[in-house]
Amino acid sequence: MSHSDNAIVAEELVKHFGDVRAVDGLDLVVPYGKVVGLLGPNGAGKTTTVRILATLLTPTSGRATVAGHEVTRHPDAVRRSIGLTGQYAAVDEYLTGRENLDMVGRLYHLPKNYVADRAQELLERFDLVEAADRPARTYSGGMRRRLDLSASLVGNPRILFLDEPTTGLDPRSRLQMWEVISDLVKEGTTVLLTTQYLEEADLLAEDIVVIDHGRVIAHGTSDVLKTSVGGDRLEIVVSPGSSLDDAVAALVGFSDGAATADPDTRRVTSPVSGGSTVLVDAVRALDTAGVKVDDLALRRPTLDDVFLSLTGHVAEEAPAEAPTSRGRGRKGA
Amino acid sequence: MATTTPERTVPTMRRPVVGWLFHDGLVVTRRNLIQTMRVPELLFFSLVQPVIFVLMFAYVFGGAIPIPGDDSGDAYRQYLVPGIFGQTVAFAAAASTVGLSEDLHKGIVDRFRSLPMASSAVLFGRTTADAVRQVLVLVVLTVTGYVVGWRINDGIANAVLAYLLLLVFAYTVAWVGAWIGLYMPNPETANTAGLIWLFPLTFLSNAFVPLAGMPPVIQTIAQWNPVSSLVLACRELFGNPTGLAPLDPSAPWSLQNPVAYTLIVCAGTVAVFAPLAVRKFRRSAG
Repeated sequence: MSHSDNAIVAEELVKHFGDVRAVDGLDLVVPYGKVVGLLGPNGAGKTTTVRILATLLTPTSGRATVAGHEVTRHPDAVRRSIGLTGQYAAVDEYLTGRENLDMVGRLYHLPKNYVADRAQELLERFDLVEAADRPARTYSGGMRRRLDLSASLVGNPRILFLDEPTTGLDPRSRLQMWEVISDLVKEGTTVLLTTQYLEEADLLAEDIVVIDHGRVIAHGTSDVLKTSVGGDRLEIVVSPGSSLDDAVAALVGFSDGAATADPDTRRVTSPVSGGSTVLVDAVRALDTAGVKVDDLALRRPTLDDVFLSLTGHVAEEAPAEAPTSRGRGRKGA
Repeated sequence: MATTTPERTVPTMRRPVVGWLFHDGLVVTRRNLIQTMRVPELLFFSLVQPVIFVLMFAYVFGGAIPIPGDDSGDAYRQYLVPGIFGQTVAFAAAASTVGLSEDLHKGIVDRFRSLPMASSAVLFGRTTADAVRQVLVLVVLTVTGYVVGWRINDGIANAVLAYLLLLVFAYTVAWVGAWIGLYMPNPETANTAGLIWLFPLTFLSNAFVPLAGMPPVIQTIAQWNPVSSLVLACRELFGNPTGLAPLDPSAPWSLQNPVAYTLIVCAGTVAVFAPLAVRKFRRSAG
């Protein structure tokens, strides 16, 4: 396999913590300039994978190459090419925003003047100029994350790891982070993004890799993944006065398969294809059959559906992965 | 497929590896010292504690503890102040234990580990900053000492040597403290465990009372305790009463050559604990 076009290549990556197989034979390829979303529930191995690729953890077995350098053999070369933003804002809370960026720049071994200019540039870009000379502990959660992201960009890395960049943020700060990340992507930065928010993967990532129990269980674009679950569905809620059977019968002409009726919710669901014209036809057919409906909608499968059908459980929204994965990170011998 | 490999241009600087270790160590030292200045309350109370020790020992125990070879009224205060110096710099180790443990449990060490820096600089920066902080502590203690009647009696040159020896000792125990900090499950435990060993280390010594009155076994331990040799060296260099007869032939080597013995123990301790701590720090990355 040629590694030259790929920013990140992981082959058969395994990481055990005692009896726990956090990563269990994971393969991953991220071409330069792409955004790949690593999507999975809590404990799926997302953070562990990122920590291995960012040289913070040594894999139990397997191989990983980042920016053409093997992570275990040339960690320093890898570190020069990457930026890492974790679930926890890895900034020093007693230092000011500017001092944080200055410290990181110097530890990237960049010249003093360059670091000063770069820090100013990033502070302006991430709307932190006013707070630049205040200690980071006075920052809001969103500001800390933006400072943390700035810190990972001081060295102008070609490859950026974003480990749950918006977990725990309020909706407004989340939107702000999304904007910032989209801009970075437009500039050609390669991004490996982990998230448990399906919406986030859908919005930011071109390719999505779904992982569970430390293994890849699916990957593709968001559209491909959704199509794999099935096409569009027509959903009708039948009014109490009308018969569910009549509704099902009226839809036979459009359905790709058998329509199903749920008497409890009075909902009829039917797999369809043909886009929105189906809606018009369906309304006409139901009207002709004398079926009154309370609600009628054409639904595309969401990543939630993808997730459910692949893993058998829904993606959790709680940011509870944090303590375990961090604890593991240190205990690993 | 049209994949491009974007070449990012950042200026690079070249230096030998040891140069970078020094550079990175200084960057982290600076960061730790800025932290100290940003929490003036913590700094204030860390200064108040040894001052209270001076005042309590000087005025509560002072009259009850005779100093062999010196019958003057303020003999104990002259004797005590270098002892407090020694005790205080030894307790610098606790700050290293807690500071390192806190860094490990916040995200900041993850940041450091993802940078192309010398990873041991985190430890060098920690121990250096904790030793440098003792300069301020020693200034405050010196002023307090002068207030209670303690004096530098043997010239500035010797006094400077005494202060340098105290800082070398602070740096040494900071490495032991840092090493302990790496094994702590959380900062709260570090807070307790970081202190425990320092009580026997400083109290089983001549810091507060002359060795002559101690039971034989304890006396032997105290004679070889580097805190004793450090404090004795300071008393000699400051020209304060030592509590020992001059050139007592029965005194062990450690007390006959306190400066040399202290330096040897410091060098040996750093030579053992610095590599142990660096190794543990690298390994705990997983």
